[in-house]
Amino acid sequence: MNDKQKFFNDFNESLHRLGRFTLILGTLMLVAVPFVIGMINDTMPSLAGFLKGFMNVGAIYIPVAIVEFLVYAPMLGVGGSYLSFITGNVTNMKIPCVMNSKDIAGTESGTPEHEIISTISVAVSSIVTTVVIIIGVILMVPLQPILQSEALIPAFNNVVPALFGALGLKYFMKSPKIAVIPLLLMTLLCIFVPSMISQTSVLLLPAGALALLIGYVLFKKGKI
Amino acid sequence: MNNYYESVNSGVFYLIVAFVLLFITAMCFVFLIKSYKAGLAIGMDKKVLKKSITASATFTLLPSVSILLGVIALSGTLGVPFSWLRLSVIGALQYELNVAQIAAQSIGLSGLNLAELNIGAFVTIALVMTAGILGGIFCCIFFLKKYMNKLNTRPEAENTKATEEDVQKGENRSFGAHATTAMFVGLCAAYIGSYIGKVFPHGGSDYMPLFVAVVAGAVMAVFEYLIQKKNMKSLENFSLAASMLVAMAAAVVVNIMV
Repeated sequence: MNDKQKFFNDFNESLHRLGRFTLILGTLMLVAVPFVIGMINDTMPSLAGFLKGFMNVGAIYIPVAIVEFLVYAPMLGVGGSYLSFITGNVTNMKIPCVMNSKDIAGTESGTPEHEIISTISVAVSSIVTTVVIIIGVILMVPLQPILQSEALIPAFNNVVPALFGALGLKYFMKSPKIAVIPLLLMTLLCIFVPSMISQTSVLLLPAGALALLIGYVLFKKGKI
Repeated sequence: MNNYYESVNSGVFYLIVAFVLLFITAMCFVFLIKSYKAGLAIGMDKKVLKKSITASATFTLLPSVSILLGVIALSGTLGVPFSWLRLSVIGALQYELNVAQIAAQSIGLSGLNLAELNIGAFVTIALVMTAGILGGIFCCIFFLKKYMNKLNTRPEAENTKATEEDVQKGENRSFGAHATTAMFVGLCAAYIGSYIGKVFPHGGSDYMPLFVAVVAGAVMAVFEYLIQKKNMKSLENFSLAASMLVAMAAAVVVNIMV
């Protein structure tokens, strides 16, 4: 092992130590936020509500998180991974940003140079996002009376349909073969069993599982 | 509702969020400085390192503005400080709204409805949103070291190059990438199905969610056309947030007109 490789191994080891420590600390802070806000307002999160919600959310997002970790960690490198998974916006920002820097710097994957460039890239990207949003939030504060006006209530009450209308179009266009059956079935279910409409969180699991199954069958047949 | 707004937009909440963000930003600076120094130590050109800093900063500017639009979209229901926290670190707009909606229904609300939200519901929703997204972080804490070591011992040909190229081209040869897409297709199908179901009268139909979803989809279709056919790739950063904001504005207009 040459000096450069030895130095780099030690450097990576120190990133692992630092990354684990800061991630544990950061996670504790993030989890503490709802409790602190609750304490200030003389209330606490409901355990039953949390467990029910977490089971529904976890069933969808834990597998997604594992897939993202397995696919993206090799691209992000050690430092880049620790930073990306706590700063978020991994797919839509951190990965493209790292790829862009990699191209500009001309580094090869798996090399010490690439590890360093990707860590720098993710760190700078996160700092810039934080600064831009801080400026935006400061500018938003005087606009709060407008944002909270009665006239805008229909807009904020329909923020979820707005999201899934836009995302739906994108994903249905991306995978129409996977989309047809789940969309049809869910629509028929909601028309003929109206009680399901207010239980979308329950519908997500069978809909996701069905789409996953259809996707797998199509993948095995080489049709996607 | 005013009490709810006051609580989720309180000055203390801003301070708490600022403190958490300060910690995570400091973490970024530490990693940045350590990596920069390590780069110099292994003989990398200072110019290359500086160039990667500048390139990353400029590359991030536009997507960050689009994230800011997401903060505006979220702030009406979850308040400015929490939206600020979630979208500055850890979260992404797609995740936040879906999870908040699931959590709201899990505690007996009809959804993210301002008339039903109160601070008790908010803290439970906030906790579900936080816990639900920790999967990636836990993977890093417990498995990243082993995973990276394992990758480094594999032959170069099997290593990360294929994955990178695949993801860039959107052609991942494993089922992993398709699995994520399929999962989201199912998710969207469940929501869109419920909006269509709401239009059919069962003691009062509600056309607004479907109308908003259709407007958002139509605006997204225009964006997709410009991005795919006219090669206006820079619009990719804004397509989701802009489609949502146009659809939300349409809801306000229709509500005034009808």
